[in-house]
Amino acid sequence: MGTRQIELEVMRYNPEKDEAPWFQQYSVPCEEDWAILDALIYVKDNLDSTLSYRWSCHMMVCGSCGMTVNGEPHLTCKTFIRDLPDKVRVEPLENFPIERDLVVVLDDVMQKLQLAKPYIIRKDDPPPEDEEYPQSRAALKKFKQYTMCINCMLCYSACPQYGLSNDFIGPAALSLAHRYNLDSRDQGKAQRLDILADHDGVWECSFVGACSEACPKNVDPAAAIQQMKVDGTMEWWKQKFGLTGDKP
Amino acid sequence: MTIARKALVWGLFAAGGTLTSFVFPSLIALFLLIASGNTPVGLEYGQIHAFAASWMGKASLFGVIFLALWHAAHRLRVAAHDLGLRVDGLVASVLYLVAALGSALAVYYLVLI
Ligand code: SF4
Repeated sequence: MGTRQIELEVMRYNPEKDEAPWFQQYSVPCEEDWAILDALIYVKDNLDSTLSYRWSCHMMVCGSCGMTVNGEPHLTCKTFIRDLPDKVRVEPLENFPIERDLVVVLDDVMQKLQLAKPYIIRKDDPPPEDEEYPQSRAALKKFKQYTMCINCMLCYSACPQYGLSNDFIGPAALSLAHRYNLDSRDQGKAQRLDILADHDGVWECSFVGACSEACPKNVDPAAAIQQMKVDGTMEWWKQKFGLTGDKP
Repeated sequence: MTIARKALVWGLFAAGGTLTSFVFPSLIALFLLIASGNTPVGLEYGQIHAFAASWMGKASLFGVIFLALWHAAHRLRVAAHDLGLRVDGLVASVLYLVAALGSALAVYYLVLI
């Protein structure tokens, strides 16, 4: 297999030294089957050990190698050299503060994931011992897609609303909440909607759909958010008429 | 916390969108059919007029017009925001006012039929 010389243009930023981010060029001899992540690893191992970036699994599971490649959010482990031109620009994920080089600060979205109450909520808490809550295959199918999220945050990077206002709870957290709302064992939908259908929740979404296009796991957060808008509207009417919105 | 009033705004928006996506293509199809001299049976002028003159007809026509206007107003408001116009209060007031005015005119003309 041949190699191809790729000009990598990498954004660098060291908050202790640099006033602003800048670009550094590296010429990298890439194998045909390499992904951008491999090229970055090559740089770190052979050309410049000061380059910082996150990665772990190299197989689309850990969700930590998200970066902006030629202007679009991608997992660098699944963005292949063979699909790219000879010049490739690599930047950190957009819409997040830069920690250093290609590493971004994710504290904000980590907090937002908590808002989703991403666990099964039962009224009979703690649940009776020796009892199980069985779930049919059909019931699982309803939300399985939303369990595929790997928290890579490409969707936040793609989302224009999150770019405008960091108060927006955002795609991954909302679709995570939807995953539990749709779970037949869960009874916490009304609780979640109280938070997620409030001002900075689902209504901030203007259904651009960029999140679903960016998602490497086909989660479709945009669909989840629209479905939650319907749920939120029903819940609003229920609250108006003094009915509780909880599942029996 | 409780669910924001935005639920109401969005609910009307969604209802308007769903409704217009069915009603407007049918209206265009009907227009083309009638214009080409193929008026469908039961949809002649007299019959449609009679429908519009009945209270049921007036109510349904008002529903369609009001929801369509609301939908358009809200869509434009969101589009303005997406396009970088950051005076939401003003944009919203103007657009909803236009929608309200249109709805009021619809009532006026429907009552006249
Ligand atoms: S929804 Fe998709 S893009 Fe967003 S964090 Fe999860 S896997 Fe990543």
